[in-house]
Amino acid sequence: MTVSALPSRPQPFCGLDTMMPLPARILSVREENFNTRTFQLEIIEPDIRRAYRWQPGQFNMLYVPGVGEAAISISSDSEQPQLLEHTIRVVGSVTRAITRMGEGGVVGLRGPFGCGWPIELLRGRDVVIVGGGIGLAPLRPVVYHVLRHRQHFRRVVLLYGCRTPADRLYAHELAQWTAGGSIDVLVTVDNATPGWVGPVGVVMKLLQRIKVNADRTSVLVCGPRILNRVAAWQFLQSHVPPEQVYVSLERNMHCGFGRCGHCQYGPKFVCKDGPVFRFSDIADIFAKEEV
Amino acid sequence: MPKLQPAVGQHGVLPKDGLANLLRTLRQDGYTVMGPTVERDVIVLQPVSSTEQLARGLRDQQQPGVYRLKPADPDLFFQYVVGPHGPKRYLFPPIQQLFALHVRQGDFAFDAGPPQPPKLAFVGLRPCELAAMASMDRVFAGQSRCESDVYYLQARQQMFIVAVNCTHPAGTCFCASMNTGPQAREGFDLALTEMRGAFLVRVGSARGAQVAASLELQAPTAAEIELAELKLDQAREHMGRKLDRDEARHLLEQNIEHPHWDEVAKRCLACGNCTMVCPTCFCSSVSDANDLTGGGVSRTRLWESCYTHQFSYTTAGPVRSTIRARYRHWLRHKLCTMWDQFGVSGCVGCGRCITWCPVGIDLTQEIVALRGGSPIQPAELSPNVESEV
Repeated sequence: MTVSALPSRPQPFCGLDTMMPLPARILSVREENFNTRTFQLEIIEPDIRRAYRWQPGQFNMLYVPGVGEAAISISSDSEQPQLLEHTIRVVGSVTRAITRMGEGGVVGLRGPFGCGWPIELLRGRDVVIVGGGIGLAPLRPVVYHVLRHRQHFRRVVLLYGCRTPADRLYAHELAQWTAGGSIDVLVTVDNATPGWVGPVGVVMKLLQRIKVNADRTSVLVCGPRILNRVAAWQFLQSHVPPEQVYVSLERNMHCGFGRCGHCQYGPKFVCKDGPVFRFSDIADIFAKEEV
Repeated sequence: MPKLQPAVGQHGVLPKDGLANLLRTLRQDGYTVMGPTVERDVIVLQPVSSTEQLARGLRDQQQPGVYRLKPADPDLFFQYVVGPHGPKRYLFPPIQQLFALHVRQGDFAFDAGPPQPPKLAFVGLRPCELAAMASMDRVFAGQSRCESDVYYLQARQQMFIVAVNCTHPAGTCFCASMNTGPQAREGFDLALTEMRGAFLVRVGSARGAQVAASLELQAPTAAEIELAELKLDQAREHMGRKLDRDEARHLLEQNIEHPHWDEVAKRCLACGNCTMVCPTCFCSSVSDANDLTGGGVSRTRLWESCYTHQFSYTTAGPVRSTIRARYRHWLRHKLCTMWDQFGVSGCVGCGRCITWCPVGIDLTQEIVALRGGSPIQPAELSPNVESEV
């Protein structure tokens, strides 16, 4: 079986040097849950703002002067590239500093970096999107793309899991996505709260509720490491070929273009060769510890 | 007698006192001349203004975890090989400011950008260094300008290289088996082979030919060229160590899980010395320093070692939490995955990681162990060459 090459990625924008950030203003902040917010950013320099393009699954390095940088995936609609959204969970000093900044604040931005989801290769196929927790953020641009070009895809299912109903990202949008039957959205929670009538349990339990046509399904996964592993294995067991399983991975990143070495994953740089990997490209190291 | 003007690939003979002439010419051409000097009992590369500052009459004794300088023939300059410094630290500085800025009226005001690269001439770079720079060139040249290291590439392009062929390899050297030495084949402007009373000079570039033309070179005799060849043949035979790089790559590809990694982990201190002296280690981190008045921020890039915990830190903890995994990552990167990443070797056989490892871990022996052989006892390894042609 031949597999066409992954699409080429948009190159990062740089001024004097790729390590110098572009200033971007926080236009709005939306609270997603108790520790996660979605920030809409606008690159201040108009020429760069107009020229800025990215692909679903790519990320930016966001910078707070005096604090540092963090790799954050772009979570908005890639066909409105000027409206850049980043969904940020507070986990460290940079994410906390951005969250404290709020509307009107200025952050530095470098990017876009990495290879995203293989949107072009999904045409005419069933697509199963699997997200866990904050992992839904880099998958949201895929959902937007599917909604814009619904006729290019067959059945599209989103399986999403989070800790509690109140932790759901984009809660106001999940219902819209499934409206009119355009895509099937199945949400499960680890801990139900009063009023929750949906499924309870780990994300992959949702697999029992859908029928997978192994010969025409592509799978996109982004979640914590355990979900990435379990999802990949279970779809492979359902006879989805390894060339059709895509996983987005997380590593420590400093530069974004395969220079600083931190994100090495065997022979790969997660920032440049990933963060989205085709399972068949990393099958030999996927289950190896501490590679 | 007409002045000898050797073309690229041709030879000339430079009398020993002509070395001062070479340094002067390079300085007049606007280069800061860097050469091997002795500092705190170690050979390091530093700016030099005269041949008096160059290390001379010294031999280095290098063994796992051992580096000593000893007196030797007072007339000869280059009886030692590489110390802990390479040219890497001048092309990719250990600490380098990326920019300085302050936030003003909701925008960034940049006070400084990356510094201008220096115009350097290196005298005394060894063939393994040239091979290491060829590897680094691939690392620092990205697919586009936005993925390239502009400072490195510019510094590299404007540097002048006077290589020195190695006639006195150290006990930790293995360039002959890595096919990177002891003779410089490419990537230099001039290459010297030291003989008693003179240097045999080989011209490697048009720039080198220009500089050579200004020196008082004499035509070499057939005997002189033959003597230089003989010295290099002898150096090849006296390499302290050897490594089959194709075999090493294959073994590391096949043995991600191998009990020997646990054995190395018992000895490795995860100090990171090997990464600091390696001429192809390129990992870095970035860090901010705040001006305490609250005004400005300076962002700096620093060399980083994959042996630290924070190197692979994510919110789920470090990816490589064990020394076993960190040593494995480093060795695989040097001998295996740099081929996949950049199509070059991450090891050039300079032996620094062996010499500067405080517990004397020897990568050539770790490869032997992965192959299933028993490591050679240190006493069996060839000591430094003591004979002199």
